[in-house]
Formats: sequence, C-alpha cells, structure tokens
Amino acid sequence: MLGYTITQWLFGILSFLAIMFGLLVVFSRNPVNSVLYLVMTFFCIAGHYLLMNAQFLAIVHIVVYAGAIMVLFLFIIMLMNLNEDTEPQKTWITKIIAAVAGGLMLFVLVGSLKGSEQLALNVHGSTQIGLVKNLGVVLFKDFLFPFEIASILLLAALVGAILIGKKEVK
Amino acid sequence: MINGISINYYILLSAILFIIGSIGVMARRNSIIIFMCIELMLNAVNLLLVSFSTLHNDARGQVFVFFIMAVAAAEVAVGLAILSMIYRNVKSIDTHLLNNLKN
Repeated sequence: MLGYTITQWLFGILSFLAIMFGLLVVFSRNPVNSVLYLVMTFFCIAGHYLLMNAQFLAIVHIVVYAGAIMVLFLFIIMLMNLNEDTEPQKTWITKIIAAVAGGLMLFVLVGSLKGSEQLALNVHGSTQIGLVKNLGVVLFKDFLFPFEIASILLLAALVGAILIGKKEVK
Repeated sequence: MINGISINYYILLSAILFIIGSIGVMARRNSIIIFMCIELMLNAVNLLLVSFSTLHNDARGQVFVFFIMAVAAAEVAVGLAILSMIYRNVKSIDTHLLNNLKN
C-alpha cells in the first residue's frame, strides 16, 4: 500500500493516535475526560510495545497503568468532585509561554538526537527478548536483588499511603 | 531498523510525547492533571527504552521499564494520598493556593 509495509502503517496510525490523545489530555477542561484520554494514550503505547514484540510489557502496561493507576486517579477525581466549573485556569500569557518553551525543548531534543542513526544496529531477524520466558530469565538471574528492593519499595509506599491518608486522631 | 521502522521515528515520537507532558505541567493548575502529565512523560521515556532495547536485542532495557512501572505505581499511591490530604485541609488542589511555604 503506497510503498509502506503494514507495520509502518500501524506505527503511523498508533503514533498519530497517541499524540492526539496526549494533546487532548492537556487541553481538555474536564479532569474526568483527561483521565479517559490518558487511558487511550496508554493503550496506544501498549500497541507500540506489541509492535516491537514486547508482549510481556504490553500486558503489564495495560494492567498496571490502565487497570490500576488510572482507576486510582478516577477515584480521587470523583472523591473531590472535580468538574469543569471548579477547574482553575491559567492566564493566556502563561499558556503561550508554556507552549513556546515546550516547542523550543522539542527543537533541542530532536536536534541533539537526530544523528543517532549512525548507532551500531544489532538486530538478528525478529527479536524474541520481549517474551515472558526470556524476560523472566533475565529478571530472576541478573536483576534478582533490584527485584526484591522493588518489593520493599512497594511495601513502604503502601504503608506510607495509608499513614498519610489516615484521618488524624485528636 | 525495527521491522522496517527507523529508530529516529521512535525518538521523535517519544520526544513529542515527553514535550506534551512537560507543556501540561507548565500550563495547568490542577494538581491531578499535573500528576497525569508526569505519568505521560514517564511513559514517553519507557517507550524509548523499549525501542532501544529491541534495537540492540538486549533484554535489560525492558527489565528497566518494568522497574520504572513499579516505582511509578508507588509514586502515584503516595502522591494521591498527599493530594487527598491537601484537599481535606485546603478544600482545593489549585497549585496557586498551595503557597503556604512562601510566607
């Protein structure tokens, strides 16, 4: 089709959708809509992971982000009863300055990373590293200690969240 | 090339997503939206890590993404607890009202 393979078409469509939903996250006025658009962005990024054959990460991404974190956001927004009327707005001058600063940052990032096509390419056909089997071997052989530390971090975050969120006893 | 897609396109996509997140942090006053934009920036970096890991056929990049997800989950749990506490005390999460440390 027009000289592009199906993978390139999928990449283009997913990128367009991810960027569009990302912009909608920033510019929609209702916080609940922002959360839903962010979920759509995460689904597009999971599609990118699938395109790169990182199946484990794609599933974990959907389960952790779309399933857990965004639901937490949604609960908090509903708890605070936020909607368009209570939404604070910055002045136009701040928004314009933010957009200009972001554009300049994009310019610098793209300009500095443009030459990376000379990197040594080392792909042997279709890659298999994203499968659960290979990733699990690496995770539990080379990264066992960081894995345990991450579990302690999650436990600490759990205790901390409960302790902070608790009503003070007077 | 990853399946016929140059790594430059992945760099461009990640940079654009990262910039969208940072514009959101700069242009919005709602703390929860700012939090969500930080998540978007984290995801842009994750995407770049996965694409380079696929490019070099090295699984360590994807393991690193896995750890970033764990840290992000912990960060969101604590951050949202703090935000709900702030809301309980100040009755707002507008960042302009949260300048008590200044005076």
